[in-house]
Amino acid sequence: MLRGLPIVLIFWVLAYTHLTELADISIALLHLERASALGEAIYFFCYEVPKVLLLLIGIVFVMGIIQTFFAPERTRALLAGRRLGIGNLMAASLGIVTPFCSCSAVPLFIGFVSAGVPLGVTFSFLISAPMVNEIALALLFGLFGWKVAALYLVMGLLIAIVAGSIIGALRMEQHLEDWVRAIHLGDAAAPDNTNFNWSQRIAAGIKHVREIVGRVWLYVVIGVGLGAIIHGYVPEDFMVTFMGREVWWAVPAAVILGVPMYSNAAGIIPIVEALIGKGAALGTTLAFMMSVIALSAPELLILRKVLKWPLIATFVGVVASGILLVGYVFNWLL
Amino acid sequence: MKNVKILGTGCRNCQTTRHLVEEVAQAKGVAIELEKVEKIEDIMRYRIMATPGVVIDGVVVHSGGIPERNKVESWFDLKN
Repeated sequence: MLRGLPIVLIFWVLAYTHLTELADISIALLHLERASALGEAIYFFCYEVPKVLLLLIGIVFVMGIIQTFFAPERTRALLAGRRLGIGNLMAASLGIVTPFCSCSAVPLFIGFVSAGVPLGVTFSFLISAPMVNEIALALLFGLFGWKVAALYLVMGLLIAIVAGSIIGALRMEQHLEDWVRAIHLGDAAAPDNTNFNWSQRIAAGIKHVREIVGRVWLYVVIGVGLGAIIHGYVPEDFMVTFMGREVWWAVPAAVILGVPMYSNAAGIIPIVEALIGKGAALGTTLAFMMSVIALSAPELLILRKVLKWPLIATFVGVVASGILLVGYVFNWLL
Repeated sequence: MKNVKILGTGCRNCQTTRHLVEEVAQAKGVAIELEKVEKIEDIMRYRIMATPGVVIDGVVVHSGGIPERNKVESWFDLKN
């Protein structure tokens, strides 16, 4: 496994540095010109699909390796008893590198709270973990460049830190479900994956790629395909009238629209990219994405099992306000 | 007869894990009694922090993500 890695790496670099040539060849083979709408759409598709998939594989692989250093149990030990402020900062950062799946949100939540991680700190983790994920970062990086990906990362962290701090300051512990407050776990079941050697870490990276990329690649292809159609056929400035930066209600509308949609950054980001090319504002579209990923109705229903309504409402309210603010700031800055 | 519990609220990873365990046990010719634990209160009794979890004869052997096939095989290797 370790011996194959350099070969894969060389292939990856070669492919990534020759994307334009690949797309040119594809177009030539199909006897199309980029000047036509069809040619432009297909060129876009042949250029973006390999680029995004390569980036996705690369970033997910690296993240799979990083995650072997941060078992949830370890993260919890780092966060237990932390004060608000520094605790929120640490929780939001650890949210990026700790393996997390939204179906595990409840066990993780209980595991944190019952081991003495303050409620507000726990929320910082729970907001950052799904929102700042490697799929979103890889796609943003691939389609918009590193600046937008970095901005998304920083803004996601900021929302997680501030929202968690506010929830902590409101002292809402009594709005946990009673059975949750009664649980005192002490130590969780011993993790069986604390001692990795490097070949196991690399194996974990490959497994992560297989799981994540195996799950989302089709959405990426479909998303970029729809993006390609928009790219080739939708008239310039089409989006300006209802998603341009002059439209004040676009940001709240985007956030509300995002809540019932379930996180699928893989399919949504390529479409968003194409829309921006047609005059939609970046802040509005980022707000939409954040809302889709961070505030999903299914996850709220899962959390309802451990949180009473006032706490859920506060959580949604605080996070939505943060996203709104990010949307307006981006529209104003860029 | 081994008692195997799959802890999880019913997400896809939990279902995949269940199928994997069933398949491996059958391939190894080990008789198992499979139980799904889906209520969150019951799952939390096993003090895991990530689902799916796997409990064999009362002992947590796995938590978080789909287990590797060779890991699952090792659960059914020892004869007892």
